[in-house]
Amino acid sequence: MNLDALVKSSGEWLKATGPESTIVVSTRVRLARNLAAYPFTSRANNFQKGEIEGLVCDKLQQIVPPPDYFPLANMPALDRQVLFERHLISRDMASGDGPRGVAFNTGEAISLMVNEEDHLRLQVMRSGLDLQGAWSVIDDLDNQLEGKLPYAFSEEFGYLTACPTNVGTGMRASVMLHLPALEHTRHIEQVYRALQKISLEVRGLYGEGSRASGHFYQISNQVTLGKSEPTIIKELGGVIPEIIRYENEARQAWLADTQQPLKDRIQRTRDTIATESQMTCEEAIECLSILRLATAVGEAPTLELAQLDELFIQVQQAHLQKLMGGPLDSEERNTARAQLLRQKLNIAAA
Amino acid sequence: MRCQRCPKPATLHITEILDEDKVEELHMCEDCAQRFLADGQKVKKPKSKGHPEPDSDFPTEAGAREKSPSCPHCGITFAEYRSTGRLGCPLDYDTFREDLVALLENVHGETRHSGKVPVNLDRHRRHHDELSRLRKDLQGAISREDYEEAAKLRDQIKTLESK
Repeated sequence: MNLDALVKSSGEWLKATGPESTIVVSTRVRLARNLAAYPFTSRANNFQKGEIEGLVCDKLQQIVPPPDYFPLANMPALDRQVLFERHLISRDMASGDGPRGVAFNTGEAISLMVNEEDHLRLQVMRSGLDLQGAWSVIDDLDNQLEGKLPYAFSEEFGYLTACPTNVGTGMRASVMLHLPALEHTRHIEQVYRALQKISLEVRGLYGEGSRASGHFYQISNQVTLGKSEPTIIKELGGVIPEIIRYENEARQAWLADTQQPLKDRIQRTRDTIATESQMTCEEAIECLSILRLATAVGEAPTLELAQLDELFIQVQQAHLQKLMGGPLDSEERNTARAQLLRQKLNIAAA
Repeated sequence: MRCQRCPKPATLHITEILDEDKVEELHMCEDCAQRFLADGQKVKKPKSKGHPEPDSDFPTEAGAREKSPSCPHCGITFAEYRSTGRLGCPLDYDTFREDLVALLENVHGETRHSGKVPVNLDRHRRHHDELSRLRKDLQGAISREDYEEAAKLRDQIKTLESK
């Protein structure tokens, strides 16, 4: 698999083919696992990390079909940033050092980080709302690996992790929602508070510590100990339809609003793309977010959700530089980004 | 940990300074905490639940353990864990069990796993138990200054770790 080719399209989980894709972009389930015989990553030396990497890579070849492994230790920073922008590695992994890497399959639905905060971070991504499907795939992958690798496990505390906030199931299930209308009506705060009360966490586009740019929100379980994986999946899955209903109601209300009509906002967004010769990543994401909403409510018949979801990734700085064939400074990136949007969305420059 | 005023889980933890020597620990759910704060009582900044930040979310009894023993395997102390938020190795869950149980109850509201278990649990259990025992024995041998025994135990640990 070639990283240069990868940037030209998105992973299969970003094709807007799954259930509720007009609002739910994707579903992710992640499992944290550690090998019993080694210190956790932050305490392991490079020799030990190298042993862990070798051991895991060896066992990964026995998975059917085996994923491709990309070591990060000597990978150029731009390529590491590409992997981060595609949600295949964490920010810490992109900027870290020492033996570490990521394995993923074609389509990027299954990935496995080696020597992140935990020795192994298994991840399964699905398009739309599909928690059960994601759990089923990751459970199977985990079963295949645990027969080959001695995991750190205690009957009392479950799967042992570097941070006790992940111990137990080691599972973080999350659903990425696009909620521009709830943000417009400012009801998002109420949703946020309600979710916190039932121990669910709300994060931005790139997980922990990231802002909710583009009106994207990741909702995930906070508790990993004392509840079984199916229970966690069920509890999280139980609240998502309610949020979808609120967002749909807010979208309809916005469409019917004569004071601040949604149609005006969509037209202003198109005008911005047509006229701006430079665009920051944040500005591009804001424009794409409004066009995603327009497409979802039938106000942009020439656009498709998958095309927009792919652009959310491609307008980011590493992808943009790869697509343009080399390093660009900030001003060059902003120009290239504005051109890319016009070209891909078929909007003529004004 | 349960709220001290109702059956819900405690999510806010308030330390009230009564006078120079006396403090009162309050553990409440969000609703009760808000009522408490709205009553206009004088409180210190409440600590919120979540990812353990350095020196946050830990029971006060743990605070007194600055000189707690280090893990015989990875060498980390509980104080070091508190400053980084990351444990050193899987055996720390045995070494710092008492402190961690209090923390886990605080973070998860539960202290015992009830999810998936490895398919080959017996192998995992034997491996984990044997390593724990050998490391405890090693610590004992080092304290007794029985270096011959310690060397033997070290070899056994190494052999088991490589399996």
